[in-house]
Amino acid sequence: MKSSEKHTITALVEDRAGVLNRISSMFRRRGYNISSLAVGKSESAGLSRMTFVVDGDAKTVEMVVKNLHKLVEVIKVSDISEGNAVSRELALIRVKCDVTSRSEIMQIVDIFRAKIVDVSQDTLIIEVTGNEDKVNSLVDLLGSFGVFEVMRTGTVAMSRRTSFEQDKPVSSPTVLENAS
Amino acid sequence: MIKKGSQIVCESLLREGCNVVFGIPGGAILPLYQALPEYPKLRHILTRHEQGASLAADGYARVTGKPGVAFATSGPGATNLVTGIASAQMDSVPLVIVTGQVNSWAIGSDAFQETDITGITLPITKHNLLVMDASEIATSIKEAFYIANSGRPGPVLVDIPRDVFVQEVEYEEPGELNLPGYSPNFSGHSGQIRKAANLINESEKPVIVAGHGVIISKAYDELKALAEKAQIPVITTLLGISCFPEDHVLWTGWPGMHGMAYSSLAIEEADLIIALGMRFDDRITGNPSKFALNSKKIHIDVDPSEIGKNIAVDVPIVGDVKEVLNRMNNHVVNATHPTWLKRIDVLKEDHPSLQIPETSKLLARQVVKDISDETRGGATIVTGVGQHQMWAAQHYRFKKPGTFLTSGGLGTMGYEVPAAMGAQVADPDSTVWSIAGDGGFQMTLCELATIAENRLPVKFAILNNGFLGMVRQWQEIFFDSSYVSTAYTGNPDFVRLAEAYGIKGIRVTDKTQVKTAIAEAMDHDGPVLVDFIVEQEENVYPMIPSGMTVFDMIEEPVSEKVTT
Ligand SMILES: Cc1ncc(C[n+]2csc(CCOP(=O)(O)OP(=O)(O)O)c2C)c(N)n1
Ligand SMILES: [Mg+2]
Repeated sequence: MKSSEKHTITALVEDRAGVLNRISSMFRRRGYNISSLAVGKSESAGLSRMTFVVDGDAKTVEMVVKNLHKLVEVIKVSDISEGNAVSRELALIRVKCDVTSRSEIMQIVDIFRAKIVDVSQDTLIIEVTGNEDKVNSLVDLLGSFGVFEVMRTGTVAMSRRTSFEQDKPVSSPTVLENAS
Repeated sequence: MIKKGSQIVCESLLREGCNVVFGIPGGAILPLYQALPEYPKLRHILTRHEQGASLAADGYARVTGKPGVAFATSGPGATNLVTGIASAQMDSVPLVIVTGQVNSWAIGSDAFQETDITGITLPITKHNLLVMDASEIATSIKEAFYIANSGRPGPVLVDIPRDVFVQEVEYEEPGELNLPGYSPNFSGHSGQIRKAANLINESEKPVIVAGHGVIISKAYDELKALAEKAQIPVITTLLGISCFPEDHVLWTGWPGMHGMAYSSLAIEEADLIIALGMRFDDRITGNPSKFALNSKKIHIDVDPSEIGKNIAVDVPIVGDVKEVLNRMNNHVVNATHPTWLKRIDVLKEDHPSLQIPETSKLLARQVVKDISDETRGGATIVTGVGQHQMWAAQHYRFKKPGTFLTSGGLGTMGYEVPAAMGAQVADPDSTVWSIAGDGGFQMTLCELATIAENRLPVKFAILNNGFLGMVRQWQEIFFDSSYVSTAYTGNPDFVRLAEAYGIKGIRVTDKTQVKTAIAEAMDHDGPVLVDFIVEQEENVYPMIPSGMTVFDMIEEPVSEKVTT
């Protein structure tokens, strides 16, 4: 077994038909594992930003970055797992809830700084934001009450530097060559 | 000026320097074809199958260095191109493919002859585009040519709906391309180049392994300068064959599964591998975790994603081989390496690999050797895939760069007919020999009609062993000679087949007729097919079984059965 870990990669891509298809096709074809993928508009018109959480060893991640970069519509790729980055995901969790469990669930929601966003006779929808681990533990905890449905956005991430202009594209030849 | 989409396609192709197109019309692309008479400078060659068009474009591109262009209609026309596109992608050959698509408003409705060709070719093209408005055609075609033939070349497909061909728009020349995500021109990091030169200067047993990249970037002189300056043996990959003259003392063959034993051994014994425009393919490395463990590695390639993909390297340099060598050679000092070169000579003597057994039988190898001698190593050689391909690579002694055309990456049987046609169209005065298998030839032989129609003087040498020979060889060695579905007992009479197309046919059944037949074929000014009825069960040696190492190599048994 290769030592596998999660890496967070962000990419700035042209917002055009087929781009997502092209990227997911590359991942599938080369056998890379995406554990989560989030896409949304970026600060520039016509450009989207994607966050990938990729399972794999360092070499796999290096190849993912290089192959992403090779796609014509991909403008910039950064592996931000090493540095100082903020990563968040949002989840909606529908959990079973009756009079006896309600207060306990509300306490847990409180501790996680989550929110109850919908209440029905016997269920609640809870909204939580945080990194993947936090969302995982909340889902686990709520499991004992009975979780009906989980909807997660996948992680979005941003490095703590002040502006993206300072990011070095990871697959620029200079960085690449110095890597060895 | 107001123009139709179809006219804009033609104008754009001409502006990109394209003057030959291979293809077959059909409903969706018909408006484009109907515009062709207005553009007599755009020569259209009507193939008999779209696979022939894409593979002919491949042969054309390899000879000219320009993108090969193919047209096909939507649906089956487009899907028939696929093998040629995948082949070009694997071998880094620039193609620009224009396919007709159903009307833009019908896309997604399963209309007649609709197929999602951009979806289908997504993983086998360098890039592809669906153009939904005629005003985007000029830029799209410009983009396609630029992407196809810059950086690491590859096929680009442009899909155009039928109504977009007839749409009339104000035509403007395309401006500067805006491709912020595409920057193919890496020039090579100076520090790395110096590091590489230092490694070369310190090495005692260096070898160069030169790949297709040397041919693509035409770095022949730079390669030769490096090899001669530091007296470094030059090994090529299969696709690198012909990038270094094979009568040069430093030429050391090609390695791998069926390469020369001494090449594979030299790579194993070297203390430094200088890999130029190649990708450490599994046919070369065998088991990559056991490949060339005793050497440092310099890897120069224009595609960053090739660096470190299969083999870890010590000094990677991302850049065009020609440019990088040009700069690197200045830092390389003169050297002689006498001990190492002597060792290479010993390897060559102990593992001759290229000796042809004395026999009265007609060996396929002998045919290749005779073609090599008769053409003095100056012909363009196009092959199919299989035993004949390996023998062509082993026994033809190439003297001219860029003259070996073979499907190395995809291993596309049938390449031998259309690619030879494309090569001949690209250089009408050259001598083109297609060294064909009886199996592969039958996959694309319909192009004989195209060859006859266009009076292309291609010479075919079918090495007719009545078998899917390479597969038979595997069955012999790994499956106890259980020849399941590999005997071709229903082969046609190839001579009469040629004649049916109005092509001269010659049959050779005896060793003594080989040279005369070759000479006769060369004297005839038109296409010729020579059907060489060779030994059926001749094997290609040496052989490194896949996934193994050079130390598991099987060399030719002394009492090989064809020996008398
Ligand atoms: C299109 C395609 N189908 C199947 C194969 C598998 N294959 C590799 S070599 C070979 C035999 C080729 O036979 P032939 O063209 O007669 O050449 P020979 O090996 O006999 O010289 C086959 C079937 C292939 N490479 N390409
Ligand atoms: Mg055969």
